[in-house]
Amino acid sequence: MKKGLLESVFWAMSNVLVIAYAAIPMLWILSLSLKRGSDLNDQYFFPQTISLEHYRNVFSDTQFSSAILNSIGIASIATLFSVFLGMFAAYAIVRLEFPGRRLMLAGILTTAMFPPIAIIGPLFDMWRITGLYDTWLGLILPYMTFTLPLAIWILAAFFREIPWDLDKAARIDGATTLQSFIRVMVPLAAPGVFTAAILVFIFAWNDFLFAISLTSTDNARTVPAAIAFFTGSSRFELPIGSIAAASVVVTVPVMIVVLIFQQRIVAGLTSGAIKG
Amino acid sequence: MLRGNERRKQRRDEQYQAWLLCAPAVLVLILVTAYPILYAIWLSFFRYDLRFPDQRIFVGLDNYLSILTSEVWWQAMSNTLILTISSVALELILAFPLALIMYHTIFWRHAVRAATLLPYVITTVVAAFAWKFAFDPTTGFINALLGMEQAWLTQRWSSFLVIILTEIWKTTPFMALMLLAGLTLVPNELIQAARVDGANAWQRFIKITVPMMKPAILVAVLFRTLDAFRIFDTVFVLTSGAQDTETVSMIGYNTLIVSLNLGLGSAVSVLIFISIVVISVLFVKGFNITLSKRESGDQK
Repeated sequence: MKKGLLESVFWAMSNVLVIAYAAIPMLWILSLSLKRGSDLNDQYFFPQTISLEHYRNVFSDTQFSSAILNSIGIASIATLFSVFLGMFAAYAIVRLEFPGRRLMLAGILTTAMFPPIAIIGPLFDMWRITGLYDTWLGLILPYMTFTLPLAIWILAAFFREIPWDLDKAARIDGATTLQSFIRVMVPLAAPGVFTAAILVFIFAWNDFLFAISLTSTDNARTVPAAIAFFTGSSRFELPIGSIAAASVVVTVPVMIVVLIFQQRIVAGLTSGAIKG
Repeated sequence: MLRGNERRKQRRDEQYQAWLLCAPAVLVLILVTAYPILYAIWLSFFRYDLRFPDQRIFVGLDNYLSILTSEVWWQAMSNTLILTISSVALELILAFPLALIMYHTIFWRHAVRAATLLPYVITTVVAAFAWKFAFDPTTGFINALLGMEQAWLTQRWSSFLVIILTEIWKTTPFMALMLLAGLTLVPNELIQAARVDGANAWQRFIKITVPMMKPAILVAVLFRTLDAFRIFDTVFVLTSGAQDTETVSMIGYNTLIVSLNLGLGSAVSVLIFISIVVISVLFVKGFNITLSKRESGDQK
């Protein structure tokens, strides 16, 4: 029993360590964003006087507000399409026998490992010619494509756990494949769909390479790209306060999602590995 | 006879429906990944500069020759390999204790898991700025904490240190979650039996836990290696490639998007693509992770 107490103390301390590990850089950027402009170089970890001036600056900047709108719109639409297409494909892969099924799976795995940098140039050229450069659609297309493998993978893993007898029963009762899919499977699959949507959204929200390569103006530039191109009073001076405040603004929604849905996110991320 | 026909018809219907359901996904994958990569291969044989788009001429393998004989490329390749190998190796070492902590935690399970997820889901650009400012000699707290006067991002090796630290901080949680998934598959009775037989904690870990977790470890390391090899955001924010920290992805970006040299840049892209394929093949052959095994495991 004495050993039990010692052990709990040990694990409790490791927990504190883990939480500190995750929180310190985040607290640091938060405290930078709350420091007064004149205190930015005081080298203290916590702000001595709290000020919201950087947040006021960031939100009065039209570039940043349009970047937020772009980020929300582009990430949401890409998520919607990716999960929708992924749902159909995952259902076919799990549920139906067809020639080409293995090829489909191989294709998905290959795309999952695909380096985005390899297609940046051709996309840039194609988008320039078709007029998709610097538009929402120009980012939505690569985001939904690059997240499709992840969506299909997670959805297939969840679909496999669904009691198929219900589907069979529905079909015996005369439902077509499509009907049984919509009436029976979709409600059962909702948790998996939700998990896939969260992870796809986070990918699209965080992307940087596509965002800086395929946009040039407020028209479609998303928040990560906008932050990296913030300009200060002089060309060589980074606007630290504004960057910190903008960083906090993009991080808060993601943090809330993680805190509420952490179990689903863990299940989604490990759905492939657990059965490896 | 009739039944046979009907069954065959049903089967054909099923196939048709399956293809119909897969079609949109396949179409998008072809349009946005397969076609562009073929287009990149095609462009890599041309001198094609977007500033002079009319002067597009076929040059054969010249682009590849000039890349493979340039010092800049090999410097970037060795930088990328240094970053990849050191960050993945250190992550694996750190991820084990982290996974064990997550596994054994009873009281604060949710808080610990949510905290662990945070670095992983946070925008890479934001994480890189947080560390950049932390190490900054005028703004940061690291120098004050360590009592040093170091301008970290002005020298090559200290820049590498900051880049690797940022990578590790951000992606160790992913590795740990993958290991945790493997850890939950180790049967507790086996551990208890070994305990009864007198094996100590370290022996139990090395002789039972690690071998049982091997598939999860390999998948995690493969995913992270491929991911680390493409490193771009972190280096872009921290050094922009200064102090000889340029990576292959940065060379690609600079050639394609900054210099608008699509021919040469496409050759860089194709070389990166080939490197990724080589790494995957080495892993799959070297460690025997077979895709069919994965699939049959999945279907259970």
